[in-house]
Amino acid sequence: MHEWALAEAVIATAQQIAEKEKLKEVKEVTVKVGELQQVEKEILLFALSQLKPPSFKDTKFRLIKAKATLKCRACGNTWVFSKKKLSADAAEAIHFVPEVAHAYIKCPKCGSPDFEIVKGRGIWLENIRGLR
Amino acid sequence: MVDPRTTVIPDRLRSINRIIAVSSGKGGVGKSMVATTLALSLVHEGCKVGLFDLDFTSPSTHLILGAENAQPKEDKGIIPPEIKGLVYMSLIYYSRDQSAPLRGADVSNALIELLSVTQWGKLDYLIIDMPPGIGDVVLDLLRLVKRIEFLIVTTPSLLAFETVKKQAMLLRDLNVPVIGILENMKMNKSESIQSETEKLGLRHLGEIKFDPRVEDAIGDERELLGTLIGKKIQELVAAKVL
Repeated sequence: MHEWALAEAVIATAQQIAEKEKLKEVKEVTVKVGELQQVEKEILLFALSQLKPPSFKDTKFRLIKAKATLKCRACGNTWVFSKKKLSADAAEAIHFVPEVAHAYIKCPKCGSPDFEIVKGRGIWLENIRGLR
Repeated sequence: MVDPRTTVIPDRLRSINRIIAVSSGKGGVGKSMVATTLALSLVHEGCKVGLFDLDFTSPSTHLILGAENAQPKEDKGIIPPEIKGLVYMSLIYYSRDQSAPLRGADVSNALIELLSVTQWGKLDYLIIDMPPGIGDVVLDLLRLVKRIEFLIVTTPSLLAFETVKKQAMLLRDLNVPVIGILENMKMNKSESIQSETEKLGLRHLGEIKFDPRVEDAIGDERELLGTLIGKKIQELVAAKVL
């Protein structure tokens, strides 16, 4: 599953931050999950639980969903991404590489593919809480 | 907020012995053809090879290779399919027959995504087909892939070499290894590119005459290796220059 590779990245980065911050025990890791990538929350949580190192044994992983907001560079229109308007193949392609959204999504107002993914693209490590 | 993806990139590339970016300051000089025939030639020599098309907005190695209908598998990341004996990855699996107009930030994001989720496995070589110029992909690869080496392709045109020279100077100033400069599509006798290359302190890897048969060889690996590009690349591989 693709989510495992992302989970591995979250754990590796969280470990780096924990070491830098001299955290002996990590209590909570908050991950922001953008809707554009359509990450399966349950799979990501399971992968995180399976990949966590000993210093993360009591860590709670908190996933926050973030709506994907797109802004047209041609006409300035802003809209929220919705998977419903896409074919299954297009939605799957965007799941793997969110930037291919530019191949499948157009501005609903002017039809331009030149839009900015303002927020809600993929996964971000939002916060780490632990004990020193 | 931290983007976690870059942390795992060194791990994903750990089992790859050499990473060679086939690059040029200018488009249309035959980078994709050189990258693909180099990858195929190394396979021919018994090496385990990956080919990674990073020319996101104008990919073409899938056509050169004849990689129709292949798709990566999903298993704790993305596992690229094996095509004509090499492990092949391209954004084309996801953009398909649609145009993918990407700005710089999108190019960077797509590159980081693919580097962080692609499971290459153990490879002797990863050959990268680069987009032209010294833009986002070159800068991101220099930042994220510390062991990268460059093979630069030019034509005899001074217009092409002018941009190649700037790229070579940038790489030299950053202490990035450059294997050498390969002169493609040669039509007249002239040693100017060779002498200019040597002035830069770089190795001129040789010249390849313009070969009209290349177009007909697209999609057929045996035909490709029989073109003048294929023969020259195989010669360089056999001589351990590449």
